[in-house]
Amino acid sequence: MFKRAEETGAPALSFTFEGKPLKARSGDTIAAALLAADERIFRTTPVTETPRGPFCLMGVCFDCLVEIDGVPNRQACMVQVEEGMQVRRQSGSAEVIS
Amino acid sequence: MSATTKNRYDVAIIGAGPAGMAAAVEVTKAGLSAIVLDEQPAPGGQIYRGIETSDEKRTKILGPDYAAGRDIARAFRDSRAEYLPGATVWNIDSALGIDVSLGQGSKHIQAGAIVVATGAIERPTPMPGWTLPGVTTAGALQILLKANGVVSDDVVFVGSGPLLSLIAAQMLKAGVKPRAIVETVPQSRYVAALKHLPAALGAASYLLKGMAMMLSLRRAGVPIYRDATGIRIEGNGKAEAVTFTSGGKSHRLETTSVALHQGIVPNQQVTRLLRCEHEWNKSQHCFVPKVDEYFETTMADVYVAGDGAGIGGAVAARLRGRLAGLRIAEKAGRGNAQERRSVTDALMREAKIRPLLETLYAPSPEILAPADETLVCRCEEVTAGDIRKAVDLGAPGPNQVKSFLRSGMGPCQGRMCGLAVSEIIASRRGEPISEIGYYRIRPPLKPLLLSELAALESEEAVPVDLADESAALH
Amino acid sequence: MKADTIVIGGGLVGAAIAYGLAREGEKVDLLDEGDVAFRASRGNFGLVWVQTKGLKMPEYARWTRRSADVWPEFSDTLLEETGVSTAYHKPGGVHVCVDEEELEEQVKILNRMNQEHGAEYYGARVLSRAELDDMLPGLGPDVVGGTYSPHDGHASPLYLMRALHAGLLKNGGRYHPNARGIEIERDGGHFAVRTPAGTFTGAKLVLAAGLGNRDLGEMVGLDIPVEPLKGQILVTERTAPLFTMPTHVVRQTDEGSIMIGDSHEDEGFDTTSKPRVMADIAARALRAFPFLKDLRVVRSWAALRVMSPDGHPIYQQSETHPGAFSVNCHSGVTLAGAHAMALAPMIARGRLDDDMAAFSARRFNVQAR
Repeated sequence: MFKRAEETGAPALSFTFEGKPLKARSGDTIAAALLAADERIFRTTPVTETPRGPFCLMGVCFDCLVEIDGVPNRQACMVQVEEGMQVRRQSGSAEVIS
Repeated sequence: MSATTKNRYDVAIIGAGPAGMAAAVEVTKAGLSAIVLDEQPAPGGQIYRGIETSDEKRTKILGPDYAAGRDIARAFRDSRAEYLPGATVWNIDSALGIDVSLGQGSKHIQAGAIVVATGAIERPTPMPGWTLPGVTTAGALQILLKANGVVSDDVVFVGSGPLLSLIAAQMLKAGVKPRAIVETVPQSRYVAALKHLPAALGAASYLLKGMAMMLSLRRAGVPIYRDATGIRIEGNGKAEAVTFTSGGKSHRLETTSVALHQGIVPNQQVTRLLRCEHEWNKSQHCFVPKVDEYFETTMADVYVAGDGAGIGGAVAARLRGRLAGLRIAEKAGRGNAQERRSVTDALMREAKIRPLLETLYAPSPEILAPADETLVCRCEEVTAGDIRKAVDLGAPGPNQVKSFLRSGMGPCQGRMCGLAVSEIIASRRGEPISEIGYYRIRPPLKPLLLSELAALESEEAVPVDLADESAALH
Repeated sequence: MKADTIVIGGGLVGAAIAYGLAREGEKVDLLDEGDVAFRASRGNFGLVWVQTKGLKMPEYARWTRRSADVWPEFSDTLLEETGVSTAYHKPGGVHVCVDEEELEEQVKILNRMNQEHGAEYYGARVLSRAELDDMLPGLGPDVVGGTYSPHDGHASPLYLMRALHAGLLKNGGRYHPNARGIEIERDGGHFAVRTPAGTFTGAKLVLAAGLGNRDLGEMVGLDIPVEPLKGQILVTERTAPLFTMPTHVVRQTDEGSIMIGDSHEDEGFDTTSKPRVMADIAARALRAFPFLKDLRVVRSWAALRVMSPDGHPIYQQSETHPGAFSVNCHSGVTLAGAHAMALAPMIARGRLDDDMAAFSARRFNVQAR
């Protein structure tokens, strides 16, 4: 499983994933914080709705797409955690209108 | 260094890795104005990711090659180059105008010269199960370690290349033992690589480092499986095990984390967008933009420094960045030919290790010819068999295949499948891949919000003349 | 092996005709360029569109309608023969108007079409804003109304292309990529087409090379005055189903992507995507459908429409080189049904029907005098 290799003095931030409260360190991307919490499945694909998680962690594969504060299709590996962020799994094609 | 509303620069540099940072230092030293555009929040690129925030302990784990990035980043910060982090370049036009997304709006920048320092990406590695959650590139795990100090305690490393054992050794130093290393290098490669050994001895330090890494892994009791074939990643909804054959026996290793690596290849998106000429590099087994001895592409005043011009490693990337920067300065009448020559000499020394590495760690035949049912385009979920069928319909290349199947049309815009698709087409048609070509790349280089696009402000393009003093920084 | 007909041009026009000819039992060689070519077909927006077409040429209006009428059968046949769906749907289509002036213009067109063809045949009607709200999601405040035609629909241009290529092979035709027509010679009673992939001979010849018809036409005594007119389109990431029918500038594909068209730019042979124009396209779409603002553009495309001086198609057999036909249009998807099911049989018979005379390029010479 994934874990932190070390303790640092970086201040902790709170955010939620699927409503579950999680901690992140300042400077963490959402992908890093979720992986540190050993979360693997970030979304299901729009084509066959199969689960996916981060693959490249450098912004090129687009497999770590999540919904952040209601905005879908955001790259979890390119967005830093902010206090109170609400992150959800993205299932299939995102909805932009209700 | 401060952000301004200025939008005309002598030089725009895309990417703040070793090449981009070095180019920025050189051109500003020569008195030219420069802006560095980078997607990440801090300088370093992927190779020096987190270099400004990594503490002593983590830097020690990552080793002296990583620590060398500190001075490079410091010199960049001390330079007069403007630095725009969190900036995603989404278009470059033929007059060297650049559209940059800043998340909440776009900025248009006009440059006299452009240094593309967008580095490399990992080679696509299509194999059964490679899309399962828990499967990442090996580089992804290194990024997690560098930037976040996050590690996994049961990683199975699969593939080939010097990075594979480097990252495994770094994890070991970080206190977690990899579950295993599953190497795909065929035995015959070691023999083939031998003839490059004398040249590589000219760069003996690399050889010694590699041997030390392997030794540390072996001492720690990390199982190393050689010449592995028939590799599959199994799992229901996420990775659970890796199966393969090695030494005449089948193996099944249980794990939640699989790290794939088959070497890195130039990130071609920008140079393809600009329609620079590219050629197939047989030894590196990838397309590279055609460049001259100063890393200028076939498009005047557009340079590719760093691994984007063909894989050379971090030290070479920095040297290439310097060289491109010196050349731009020289063209603007601010040259230093002596320094340029010394950089060229250093680059030649740095290149000595490459033939050995490229022969030994050429991509595994399995990922170049995936089975019909293996997914190749991860975004649109197109299989190798689909691609072969499209070729049988007559599709002569990747762009027609893309039309027929949507491969390369998803959000990654072909980055994760491009080389694999061209490779499959070439072998199905029985033509050299150099004739098959690659996806045509169009803007936006990364997905762009419609609202941001719609708000784009119109501006008349007035080219920046590098020889014109008024454009320079004073 | 000598073909009955050689078709030059593997885009939607050439592929539809080649497929239609093969279905007529002909031996067909379809000659195409390589992987990178102008390829107007790949930049097609994907509408099967009847309303407003042929305002100044009643024959074109009827031809378009004929194609739309045959499309359901055409699409079913392709699916049956190849297993490839063209993603064709015919829910009707809407021209959305974002100001009174545009609506007035649309109403004027509708009235003139009704006058020419009869309201029952033309079939379109004006929609109030309230009626539009029932048909389309999230309309912006600027939308004042629109027009609706039940004959309109949409399909995937790319899947159509794939289906046509597969259908051609299924019916015994042959497809030759990397075989751009360089030179055409009369060889006894046959046409010989020289290409980088060899020389192909056939009894009949169809030029469907888009802008290339200009040069190729000259080789068989045809004057084909077509010019490029650039169009750009934007494609977004996939999203959940929102649109039940296409509009003239925004449509949702079966995959869920939103396609946003399109521009009309006189830029010669330049096919690069231009941010300024892309921005205008985006802004116009957001005026009609503001909720699209949160979607990301994943791809853009720029292609060259093949425009005749009056914008209408050209269908013509050469007088000096009987058996050589030229086919040009900028509606490769809309007209694909007619090209495969009506025009191809005419070419197979060796003669265009009399009512096709209006489409001859000779109409431009007459105007010039």
